[in-house]
Amino acid sequence: MASSTRSRRMGPVRVGESPAVRRTLIGLVLALSALVIVAPLAVIAVEAFSKGFGVFAATIAHPDTRSAVVMTLVTALIAVPVNTLFGIAAAWSITKFDFPGRGLLLILIEIPFSVSPIVAGVAYLFVYGMQGLFGAFLQDADIKILFALPGIVLASMFVTAPFVARELIPLMQAQGRDLEEAAASLGASGWQTFFSVTLPNIKWALLYGVILCNARVMGEFGAVSIVSGNIRGQTNTLPLHIELLYHDYQTAGAFSAALILTVIAVFTIIAKALLERRGAGRVRAATLAPTAGPAEAAKETP
Amino acid sequence: MKINLDHVVKTFNTFRAVHDVSLSVESGELVALLGPSGSGKTTLLRMVAGLEFPDAGQIRFGEQDATQIPVRERGVGFVFQHYALFPHLSVADNIAFGMRTARAARRSKAEIDARVEELLRLVQLSSLGNRFPAQISGGQRQRVALARALAVDPKVLLLDEPFGALDANVRRDLRRWLREIHAELGITTLFVTHDQEEALDLADRVVILQQGRIVQQGTPRAVTRQPNSAFVMRFLGDTHQLSATAKGGQVTLGDLSLDATGLADGPVDVFVRPADLEWAGQGSGDQPGPGLPATVTRVIDRPGARRLAVSFEGHGLELDVAPEVEVAAGDRGRLRILRSRIFPA
Repeated sequence: MASSTRSRRMGPVRVGESPAVRRTLIGLVLALSALVIVAPLAVIAVEAFSKGFGVFAATIAHPDTRSAVVMTLVTALIAVPVNTLFGIAAAWSITKFDFPGRGLLLILIEIPFSVSPIVAGVAYLFVYGMQGLFGAFLQDADIKILFALPGIVLASMFVTAPFVARELIPLMQAQGRDLEEAAASLGASGWQTFFSVTLPNIKWALLYGVILCNARVMGEFGAVSIVSGNIRGQTNTLPLHIELLYHDYQTAGAFSAALILTVIAVFTIIAKALLERRGAGRVRAATLAPTAGPAEAAKETP
Repeated sequence: MKINLDHVVKTFNTFRAVHDVSLSVESGELVALLGPSGSGKTTLLRMVAGLEFPDAGQIRFGEQDATQIPVRERGVGFVFQHYALFPHLSVADNIAFGMRTARAARRSKAEIDARVEELLRLVQLSSLGNRFPAQISGGQRQRVALARALAVDPKVLLLDEPFGALDANVRRDLRRWLREIHAELGITTLFVTHDQEEALDLADRVVILQQGRIVQQGTPRAVTRQPNSAFVMRFLGDTHQLSATAKGGQVTLGDLSLDATGLADGPVDVFVRPADLEWAGQGSGDQPGPGLPATVTRVIDRPGARRLAVSFEGHGLELDVAPEVEVAAGDRGRLRILRSRIFPA
């Protein structure tokens, strides 16, 4: 507060005061964004329709593409809720309780972020594959994990396990345990406390985490490509299908499928931006609403 | 509800927060747990609440052993240091929270609404029921927190640094007001503070803690007039410490002789508060008499008095004189000691 008043009085302190520097810098950033982010996205749209709308429609309608879309959606429908529950449970236990191994759990949750997805895929291969730890057992029991939906879901879940927890932990750590303790002192049970106190205060971060997790599940390539077996029309997800089409020199088809994924991604980003604005708007409305009086409001600073 | 703590011990990892504390609080009493940070006062309060559990010892509410009863079932009202109001609920919903979750005595919606109204009136916030915690001032939040704690009809009210985050004026008003509420409801109340003025102003009885132990307890009058240690003397207010030697039940300072009956011969510390000192200037006409020869080093004018900073044998002392007294830096005079406390050094 004090520093902002001071800087206002002394005029804005800015790096590169000169307009030329400022314009060059802004121009550079805009140009780079256009080149690196906007151009490829535009190319996808252009290439998808390069052979005419017919090819695009044919690719979309092709059974293999439809199967890939279904596969991707089903994977997300399983992996995202499971990871959401896991993320909430992990964040809750790490931030609200003290227990031995708490620090270890915190590190464990981070591992999927630092491990390359392809390594995760290979690891799953060794655990559930024919030569793997449970391979023989699984075959005897006639349970198919690899080269089938379960394997794809497991690999996707591994890769995206940290997303929800990583969103929630810093927030819940900052919120502390006071609110839960207050609820308990007022007679609320653990579930009542969670649903009526904890959840309402983490819902924006939770939604944000779910959206990021979903985007990643749908776009995951490395780990899934190892465990899915790339069976066309059966175990291909959208990203794998795109790669397959591309290697078959069906460029327009590949781009058409890529466009589906891109559209999903863009919607995800828009949803996230809307949620962020709503979340931020709520906070702002709460703090800027008329207070009891300027004199008393000024005393709030703890 | 009478509270009894019996040889309570609490250790965090290796840090012993509370050492063998025994304390009893009478029904309807208003008791302050006073101590510097790290003295274990908040841990003690949280154990009474059931937010922490003692490693050893027993906590009884009336005749019932409450040691292991969790906070949810203990029937206490707890006011948190930073209020812990639910930010997503309105003031009225915050107050109603405990009545809605209570499993024992379910109330109808109309009953709850009526009780919320009543509590809002009690804490003088009738018009603010629809506001959210972020929209009200610190003092108002503190009162909402109290109303919320009272809504569950607690047997015991516990407050953790209730006025810590407020500025001096709001603090003073709320103190008086809490005192009135306590008189009206007569509920056994225990509060934690590090502010001795707050404790003395508000409490029937003050319990002073140091490093996890109770060092002294008693009425505000008893602890201020008969502090039993140098720590209590210093902690309760501005104090000057003068080194001296006791011999045959007497301590000699300058040409003053102070009574030290019962103290063994040896080095002692004489403690005096600014109000225990009296100034006799050399030019003032009255007989200087016996006293400590001192020189004024600075005069600070305050609304109610003039504060003199004086120096006596290298000790810096402060005392107040009436606003009319003519005195300036460099003046010489004598200090009389009206009252003092002497502890072995």
